Amino acid sequence: MSAPAIGTLNNSPKQGGKSASAWLKLRELPVTVALVVLVVVTAVINPLFLSPQGMKDLLLNATIMMLLAAGQTMVIVTRNIDLSVGSILGLVAFGTGSIFAANPNMPIVLVVLIGMVFGAVLGSLNGLLTVWAKVPSLVITLGTLYVFRGLNNAWAGPKQHFAGDRPQAFGNLSVNTVLGMPIITLVAVIVVIILAIFMIGSRPGRDLYAIGSDPEAAKLFGINVSRRVFTAFLINGALAGLAGVLYASRFNAVGATTGSGLELDVVAAAVVGGVAIFGGSGTVIGATIGAILLNTITSSLTALRVDKFWQQAIVGVLIITAILIDRLASLRHAKNLREKEGRNV
Amino acid sequence: MQVSTAPDSTPVLSLTGALKTFGPVVALADGTIELRAGEILALCGENGAGKSTLVKILAGVHSPDAGQFTVEGNQCSFKSVADSKAMGISVIYQEPTLFPDLSVAENIFIGRQPKNRLGLIDHALMRRNAAALFVRLGVPMDPARSAEGLSIADQQLIEIAKAISLDAKVLVMDEPTAALSGSEVRRLFGVARSLRDAGAAILFISHRFDEVFELCDRITVMRDGRYIGTHLTATVSVEDIVRDMVGRDIDALYPRTETVIGEVVLSVDKLSRKGVFSNISFEVRAGEIVALAGLVGAGRTEVARAIFGIDKSTSGHVTVHNTALPVGNPRAAIAAGIGFVPEDRRKQGLVMDLSVARNTALTLRHKFSRFGLINSRAEKQTAATWSRKLQVKTSSMDQPVSTLSGGNQQKVVLAKWLATEPQVLIIDEPTRGIDVGTKAEVHRLINELAGHGMAILMISSELPEVLGMADTVLVMHEGLITARLDRDSASPEAVMHAATGSKEKNS
Amino acid sequence: MSEPATMSVDTSKALPGATPARGPRWYTGRDAVMIYILIVFLLYAMITIPRFASPVTTGFLILDVIPTLLIAMPMTLIIITGEIDLSVASIAGLSSATLGMMWAGGSNIWLSMAVALVVGLLAGIFNGVLIAFVGLPSLAVTIGTLALFRGLALVVIGDNAVANFPKEITALASSKLGATGIPIMLIPVLVVVVIFGLILHQTAFGRGLYAMGYSKDAAHFVGINVGLSKFWLYLASGVVAAAAGIFWTLRYTSARSDNASGLELTVIAAVLLGGVSIFGGKGSIPGVLAGVLLIGSLNYALRLGRVSDVVLVSLTGLLLIASVIAPSISASITRWRHERRLRRQLSAPAEPSVTG
Repeated sequence: MSAPAIGTLNNSPKQGGKSASAWLKLRELPVTVALVVLVVVTAVINPLFLSPQGMKDLLLNATIMMLLAAGQTMVIVTRNIDLSVGSILGLVAFGTGSIFAANPNMPIVLVVLIGMVFGAVLGSLNGLLTVWAKVPSLVITLGTLYVFRGLNNAWAGPKQHFAGDRPQAFGNLSVNTVLGMPIITLVAVIVVIILAIFMIGSRPGRDLYAIGSDPEAAKLFGINVSRRVFTAFLINGALAGLAGVLYASRFNAVGATTGSGLELDVVAAAVVGGVAIFGGSGTVIGATIGAILLNTITSSLTALRVDKFWQQAIVGVLIITAILIDRLASLRHAKNLREKEGRNV
Repeated sequence: MQVSTAPDSTPVLSLTGALKTFGPVVALADGTIELRAGEILALCGENGAGKSTLVKILAGVHSPDAGQFTVEGNQCSFKSVADSKAMGISVIYQEPTLFPDLSVAENIFIGRQPKNRLGLIDHALMRRNAAALFVRLGVPMDPARSAEGLSIADQQLIEIAKAISLDAKVLVMDEPTAALSGSEVRRLFGVARSLRDAGAAILFISHRFDEVFELCDRITVMRDGRYIGTHLTATVSVEDIVRDMVGRDIDALYPRTETVIGEVVLSVDKLSRKGVFSNISFEVRAGEIVALAGLVGAGRTEVARAIFGIDKSTSGHVTVHNTALPVGNPRAAIAAGIGFVPEDRRKQGLVMDLSVARNTALTLRHKFSRFGLINSRAEKQTAATWSRKLQVKTSSMDQPVSTLSGGNQQKVVLAKWLATEPQVLIIDEPTRGIDVGTKAEVHRLINELAGHGMAILMISSELPEVLGMADTVLVMHEGLITARLDRDSASPEAVMHAATGSKEKNS
Repeated sequence: MSEPATMSVDTSKALPGATPARGPRWYTGRDAVMIYILIVFLLYAMITIPRFASPVTTGFLILDVIPTLLIAMPMTLIIITGEIDLSVASIAGLSSATLGMMWAGGSNIWLSMAVALVVGLLAGIFNGVLIAFVGLPSLAVTIGTLALFRGLALVVIGDNAVANFPKEITALASSKLGATGIPIMLIPVLVVVVIFGLILHQTAFGRGLYAMGYSKDAAHFVGINVGLSKFWLYLASGVVAAAAGIFWTLRYTSARSDNASGLELTVIAAVLLGGVSIFGGKGSIPGVLAGVLLIGSLNYALRLGRVSDVVLVSLTGLLLIASVIAPSISASITRWRHERRLRRQLSAPAEPSVTG
């Protein structure tokens, strides 16, 4: 090629590893720092906080939310949202209870599988409606939030399934530990890592970022936007299903209202974890750390003997702080670009 | 790619008699084009001639309602962009479609990122491949940086790198030079020629005849959604092409009327917005039409927005009849007698779901209020008066503007501003996206308004329009006014030189 | 990207036989349809459900929908500008908690109510500043304040429930106008509805809201102060939500931190059902009124018909989904008909096209 190279570009290629400024730009940084500070401060004041039992409780409490936040990240990255996850979790959790009540000897793996498929079916309904009717998923999933919850109500009625109905081995998933980690947490961590690799290292995963970054461009580019968005909802549903099964292992009672109100906590975890609410950026790992942070606050407050009533307010402050940090960073970035690459006039 | 095919070989791509409609609107009546390997074909036509629709058919974005389409002799019907890509067609749009959140390398390779042994994307290899492409193109660019905030020229280079990496047989460039400086254009041409020499077929769409004649082997002309003809560049003149495009001689379009130019109405003094434009000073007098000419991206619209107060200026003053306007306050600008017909009439000028009456009266909403409540009857009457004056075709004042045709929507925007009885009217690209017949009507109307003593500031990218309409031409380049020409000294060469040339002198 | 293509050619070249679409009149609009559905449903319920057409029904039905109806008013305006407020129910909860604490602390009941309203005002200002002036996305901000305000309610009142409000005040909240069964509280609520209706439909400010919702740019060009308008809306939303919280407290004679929780989703469902577009720029107060009443009376009727509460939730969801996908369905039918007509025309011999 004989194209004349004229130096109008003032950005020179950088080589090597990430510079300090690149690390500072990482979206997961604020949430990670917050988590570390919180844990360290709490542990200094109350050493029991980091005892094996303390750690175990911390992880157990965060497990369900980690799964949901990871799945939600996939959906939010495509510039969508799924508000029905709490209802999906509730349906699957009650379903799990019902299966064991009817057939206590059913293999646990099979039950997990059934739960995930059930969740995937519900999630794909969200995906189908969003993609086909071209209505914002906020509205569609607000609708299915009610529909799924109503189904759960109709199915469960006043009935609740208690842990006693379920096999001991199933409940033990939340009691026994491997490497100091409860088994259900381990399952969640593995799932999160798989999802993180999918989002970073696979073509369909990268397509999701492209779609959220600019849906019109993605269409012009030839990405099958509908199929990808549908898949994101489906996988998110399957993860909510998995979370539902694990919920039935972790908690004593599952009934008509199990998981209600979780949806906003999940979105909050993702936002705190650096996932941009309008798509295009944010990582599964960040959202998971966000979920852990939100759950850790509750434990920390107890450990620090702060009035537990402050917990939710602090969560609110965190969410707003996270959005503010994001906004300030992008404003500074835009200003830098304008002054550095804009006209010198 | 092989260097073999001469320009007179069989076509790589041919489209004949393509029809495309959107609802009742015919966007393309007879889309016909024939591209051969190893040539650069220009596609010329005015705005609204159907070029963009034709490009989108080639890209697989739209599928034509009728017509013959072959690629390398095989019958084709693209159902999606992916189909078009699979046939080796790459399209570079006027505004490149990159993903701002992804890295430069990923933007090039998305959907076909290189994989490592584990089947996962090899990000390092992808960056190396991208870097190699940029070396081939001879441009320095960091493949790891995010695409957010790249200049249009750099974005186009990424699109070209993408096309090269795809081994595209056909490369369509839709007005790639619209926002480029002279040196960037030369770099682009170098790349285009070397791609042609390597056997690719290139479709080049441009409004600039100097570029078309410098770069292209053949020229196809479209008008009003129809194919008009194809010429060899060597055997045709600019005048011939213009006649094909317009369908008549240019002079007939612009009835020059002598108007009495009065006192200064709008005065702009050393207006600047950091990083966008600086030191802009000019005056517009009653009855005068001042044109702001220049390339897309030269900062013309930005100047107008700052005058009107939509963007904040960082220094300088705007005065209307010697009254200084506050910075960043459009309502004060309206009160002072400025009207602004924006470029994107649908998105910026109208509220599609509101009725004709309410759209027309939107600028006067405070005037019609009594004790805070709007007097609907007065609102409708005013709207009816102005709709009649501008001959807006609508069955009722209550009809939502979304149901009107494009031309009538334009008239509603104009009516909305004329209803404020402004002393200064800023019009951004007055004839963008309308057909030749309505164009003449708009030009006549602007002349008439000036004749009644209105001061008019017109932003236009169409040279004939600038030369035909303006009493004074201000040419902008890279945020500065580079020439002030009066009606007699304004020649196409002078304007184009000022619009593109100043940077070359400096570098 | 694909928009300009449709406007590039004037309809002077419209296909013969394709008459331009008639603009919808007020009686065929989306909101009018909601009103018809509401009327048909009410008639049906009166005839088929034995105890539906009675003053008792009217009373309970109206008392039930008042909180939703109140909050739906500012919510309609907010959604028309293309934003959203998820924190309304939490503000109601916070105001309820404040009222309870003030009263339990020995304050005058009127002073307590005034402070509860001021708390709502401050909450609205907080949302408004972050969204309108800092420019943060309202969805994210109000998810945050949803947690924050509910959390503050917990901080204020904890697990306690305050119930011993003065009898005459709580009686006022549920007393009826004579034998009609119409609650007295309906009168101030209707005043609020009328005020918001006038603001949206009959003032310069209201016109501006539509413009903002359709396109922020279009709004800037006619001199609308987008930020300030949004700020006022969130402020109003805070105050009205606080008022709804006070009503809730007095009607159920109980101030608790979890009062009205989850109400935000019901309100949004009702507003969207009433024909307001989630994209902004479209919707009306009469439509929303019908949407709120439809959800309310449907729930009430089903409860009377011994359909358990459980199915009701699903019904709200189904109605919401149906209301948003209906336009998509009708659009695809129109498109299909257009294409069919086009194919028929094309099969007729076409005039020879110009070639060069």
